[in-house]
This record gives sequence, C-alpha cells and structure tokens, in this order.
Amino acid sequence: MSGGTFVGMPAFPKAAHEAVNNPTLRGNLRHATHTIRAKRAVAVAELDDWAALREAGKQIKDHTLRHLDRYLVQLEESVTAAGGIVHWAADADEANRIVTDLVKMTGESEVVKVKSMATQEIGLNEALEAEGIHAYETDLAELIVQLGKDRPSHILVPAIHRNRGEIRDIFAREMGEWGRPAPEGLTDTPAELAEAARLHLREKFLRAKVGISGANFMVAETGTLMVVESEGNGRMCLTLPETLISVVGIEKIVPTWQDLEVFLQTLPRSSTAERMNPYTSMWTGITDEDGPQTFHLVLIDNGRTDTLADEVGRQALRCIRCSACLNVCPVYERAGGHAYGSVYPGPIGAILSPQLRGTASEIDASLPYASSLCGACYEVCPVAIDIPEVLVHLRERIAEGGPVTREGNKVVLKPAKGHAAERAAMRAARWAFSHPGALRTGQRLASRTRRFHPRSLPGPGKAWSDTRDLPTVPAEPFRDWWQRTHGGKDTDK
Amino acid sequence: MRVALFLTCVNDTLYPDTGRAVVKLLTRLGVEVDFPMAQTCCGQAHYNTGYRHEAEPLARHFSDVFGEYEAIVTPSGSCGAMVRELYPRMGERARAEGRGDTLAAALAPVVPKTYELTEFLVDVLGVTDVGAYYPHTVTYHPTCHGLRSLGLGDRPRRLLQAVKGLELRELPGADECCGFGGTFAVKNPDVSAAMGADKVHNAESTNAEVLCAADNSCLMHIGGTMSRLETRMRPVHIAEILASTEEEPSA
Repeated sequence: MSGGTFVGMPAFPKAAHEAVNNPTLRGNLRHATHTIRAKRAVAVAELDDWAALREAGKQIKDHTLRHLDRYLVQLEESVTAAGGIVHWAADADEANRIVTDLVKMTGESEVVKVKSMATQEIGLNEALEAEGIHAYETDLAELIVQLGKDRPSHILVPAIHRNRGEIRDIFAREMGEWGRPAPEGLTDTPAELAEAARLHLREKFLRAKVGISGANFMVAETGTLMVVESEGNGRMCLTLPETLISVVGIEKIVPTWQDLEVFLQTLPRSSTAERMNPYTSMWTGITDEDGPQTFHLVLIDNGRTDTLADEVGRQALRCIRCSACLNVCPVYERAGGHAYGSVYPGPIGAILSPQLRGTASEIDASLPYASSLCGACYEVCPVAIDIPEVLVHLRERIAEGGPVTREGNKVVLKPAKGHAAERAAMRAARWAFSHPGALRTGQRLASRTRRFHPRSLPGPGKAWSDTRDLPTVPAEPFRDWWQRTHGGKDTDK
Repeated sequence: MRVALFLTCVNDTLYPDTGRAVVKLLTRLGVEVDFPMAQTCCGQAHYNTGYRHEAEPLARHFSDVFGEYEAIVTPSGSCGAMVRELYPRMGERARAEGRGDTLAAALAPVVPKTYELTEFLVDVLGVTDVGAYYPHTVTYHPTCHGLRSLGLGDRPRRLLQAVKGLELRELPGADECCGFGGTFAVKNPDVSAAMGADKVHNAESTNAEVLCAADNSCLMHIGGTMSRLETRMRPVHIAEILASTEEEPSA
C-alpha cells in the first residue's frame, strides 16, 4: 500500500480478491457506507423538488459542456479581469510543470493543500516532491492518507478504509516525522484524534506562503471559484497564504451565479448528507490587502475533451464528485476503493478512468466490468449520470472496438485481445438463438445428458461453481412440454 | 385477451416449472396464453457484456416473433427491462451510427406491449388477489432491473400479501443487489460471491422458508449460494407462488 501511486495496478478482479477477503476492511467499509447511505436518503427525502433539482443540475451541466469552448474563454476573461492569471494544461505533465514552476518562483519549498481530486489525478504531490517541494495535505482524511503513506480509497472520505484505531497508530507514529508530533498518550476517541490533527496542521497553516486548491465550481460570468468543505482547513489554505494556485478540470464551469443555487442544494445532501456544508469559500481574482495577493488558475484537460467527444460517455463529465454512487455501490462496498486503481474509485471511477486514461492498461480495461449493473448509482446521482449505460458502452468499446478520440485525434480501436474466446462464445450463442431448431437441439441434449453433468465446471465456469452449486437441468425444456400439452405448432426452421 | 408468453431462454432451458406456473396462473385468470415456438433470447447477455451488434439480430428476431400479439408477458424483470429500456436505446445507437431508423422502427412495436408478469397482473388485469394459496413463510427480494429499470415498486409485494396462507417477512437490505449481474458473476467471482453470501445471510435472518423473486437468473445465483452454504431456505419464483392453489399446491 506504499508509494501513493496507482501505476501498474492489476486488473480489478485480482485487486478485489484481496479486499473481499480482508475482514477488517470489509467491516470498515460496510459500516461507513451504510451509515452515510442512510443519512443521505433522509437528507434527500426532505426536499420535495429533488427530482426537479436533479434534472436542473443535469441540464445546466449538459448545456455548459455543449458550449464549453465559449464558457472557458469567458472564464479566462473574467478571472484575468479580477486580477488572476490563467494557465492552460493539456495533460498531467504540463499541469505539474506549471504548478512546480509557479511554486519555485515564490522561492518557497512547502505548500499547504486543500483537498482536491484534480491534483491527485495528476499526481501533483509526487511531482512537487521530486523538485524538493513538500506539499502538506490539510483535510483530515487526506492527512491520514498522507501520513500513512497510503492511497485514497474514496472521493469524499479518502481514509474510509481506516478505522480509528488504525488512525491513532498512524498519528502517533508519523506526525513527528512531518512536524508537530501527536500528543503523548493519544487515544482513539474522535475528539482527541481531531485535536491532534488540529495542532499538527495549525503550524502548517501559519507558516505556509503558498496554498494549492482545486475547486468545486467556477463561475464563468464572474470568474469566481468555489470550494465547499466541512472542516475549515480549506478556508485557512484559501485565505492565509500569499499565493494561491488552483488546479481545476475544465468541466467544473457553471455559466452563472444563479446556477450554483441548484448544486449547493444537491451536492452537500448527496455527499455528506448535510443540508448545507459548514464552509463555502468563494474568491474572485485577488482583493487588495485581503487574502492571497497572487492567484493562479491552472485549467487542466487531461483526457476531458476526448471524453467530451463521445456522445454516450460524455455524461461522466457532469460529475460533481459527491460520491453518493460509491456509498450505495455493492461492489465498492466489498472491493474497496483501492481495487479501482485510480483516485476516482467506485462506479463513477469505473466510467471516468477508462475514458480519461484510455482502455490500454489492464486495470482500465477491467473497470467497465466492475459492476453488476444494479443501477443503484444512477438512482442516487444528483446529476443523473446513467452510469450503467456508460459501463455497457465502454464494455462494447473493449469487446468490439470502435471509434474513440485520443489526444484530440479520432482513432478506431481494435477489439481487445483478451476477449477472443468470449467473442466466439457470444457469436455462437447469437447463431443458436437465431436458429430456434438449433437451440432446441441443444436444450434436449442438455436434458438427456443431465445425469452425467458434473457438479463443478472447468475453465471460466469454475468461477461460478467455486462458490455456487449449478442448477439441475430439467428432464425436458419448457418448449417440449408446451408442444406435448398444447400442441404448439413447431415453427423450428 | 390473447397474450404471448415470452418465457426467456434461461427459464425455457432450466426452469420450465416457472413457465408452467405462468401458463396455469394466467389461464386461471381468463387469459388465453400462447407460447410462440420460434422465441429464443432477447439478447440481454450479449448487450450487457458489450456485444451490442450481436444482440441486434436477436432483438429483431424477438420483434418478428412477438410483434403481432396484443401483449407480451415475461416472468423476468431483467429481460422485460431489456425490451422496454434497451431496445429503444439500441435503435438510437444504430441511428447515431448512421444506419438510419430501420432498427428503431423494427423494434418499436414490441416495446410498449412487453410486461413483466407482476406488472401485467396489477396494471393490465387489475388484480392483486389472484386466488392463490401458499402456506409458507416467504421473504421477497426485489431484483435490480425490475426494481430500478421497470419500477415494479410494491406490485410484487401486494400480490404476495394477497396470497392465502402466506406469511411475508421483511428482507433486511432488500434493495441491495444479490451479486448475479449476468457475466459479472464469473468476471468478478469474488465480489459476486460475497454479495450473494450477504444476501443469503440476510434472507436467513428472517427465518422464512422461501426466498421469492421475479427473476430466475438471480435466483439461480442466490439458490446456488444457498445450497453451497447449506442453508435450509429455498429459492422460488413468484409465478410458482401465485400459481399455487389449495387444490394444486406447489412446494
């Protein structure tokens, strides 16, 4: 679990195998996801216009994505007019280079960070570290992950796989290495753990000259960025440093202030089950003698325009990172976040990662299959992303190949190599199902040989019979009974 | 009313008792049932595994076989959802690929008249008490595609509650997936099996004799898990409960 990177991850089923068989992890995840799942349901049920808010959120995002070119230019103009400096990054490397150079220009060797998915996506902390710049995570859960040399396993609660005993041990062992040590005799009570984090972090907040954040929303008409959070660490990072660098995906735009009305209702209820999150920070460029005096906005693409080019897959860009889909997902609950091999785990990760990164790697090609297609994710999504639809669409991309956009170029993918046997089986089944006579012959053969059927299967069938008994094949298929008793005309061809 | 029974390939091959139960039940309610012998498979497994183009001829075949009937009834939430939700989507995708409206037009007739069994009973026939007798304790698992794609809601429960002698027990975590998921069951066997075991443990906690659902493919997974875990419960399709009477009880 060390190294804090997802590079070279095995395929999902293999990674999930370990998680499923780890009782501590299963217990932690079950407890946490069921708790937040129930709370979210209550918070959402309070609003009798939830369905309308969900539809409005979907439409605002779709409209913005449809006209993203125009809104991005408008945003750049607004941010610049307000005293900010806008940078454009096509991919992770470019974004990391820009941010590293900006920090170096300040002469500082440490930065404080607001929890941000975008900076995790591009691996910013590692890139900064390689240049001798220490990035300190200040969100409590991110702090736990960072101190534990661990990887995040959830979008909103990245240390969801840890229980408080494990957190106590990490704090007691690691805090001294990074700054102020944990108090002597630290217990695992939540209040003591929070106080230890508070003391440890305060030192960082007061010393840091550079803050790095992401943003939940960017308002094109005003150039305003917004971060919603629960702990207040974000407010500290956004207001105390002299320089603020915000790294944001290009899809985070909304056209107007009024659009926020929708998302400020749906996001907190969907993510933390709160009516309103405790801290909502907004900033528009720079303000004289108040807050950071230098503000950089680094807009990152990193696979987003490629995703936008796909008419089924583009709905994934509506995501507001609430993580409601993770909390209801039965697969996430059992496999855990690390199995998804990405900072975006769970159902949304299973459709985002193979689009942002492509389907060439083993893990990305396995993610679209990491779902039973139960549809619980779609049901709770506050921007109505039909995740099962996109999963099936991406399965098709892997199994059948087809046109995709990579780095702005249209390319036609070949069917994935590992699926040859499956493809042959699907073709054979399609042939049999197109010829009722052949199907019937097969059914009869199965019925007549049923005494000889094994109780366990070889090859891919073993995956079934390892944990489940096989159904008993009946003495005759239904169609034979029907023909015998109802004289059904045999229309076999 | 003359309706076609779309039994599904899984039921036809492995669960003929469910087919016989649907025929018995609908006949008892005055419905003339036909089983078009040319029926095969709706194409769901192909579609959901990523072989949409292999599923298309199967969907066309389905439409050819069933297009002339007044109503098409199926004892499967997921195959019903395939026709109702995914056939229109297949038509749209073909159109988006520049192949015109022919697929959409070919599939359009069967979409609105395909009903999952409990929908057909409650919405079309307007009955909740089907005159059934089933003296057992039962817990009901709403399968995902019936629950979320078709929106079956409380229809199956209302039907079960009206069955004489039946005691319905609440299933904890009822709306959580059982872990079947078609090819998911073999592509991700560890997670699938863990979900199945949790479903079975929840079902066992009710102390009911029977776990009932409206989809035999899910029941194949749950039932296979039940017997492997040596539980005393058994899986039963809702059609077999609703078909059961005092004169001709089913197990």
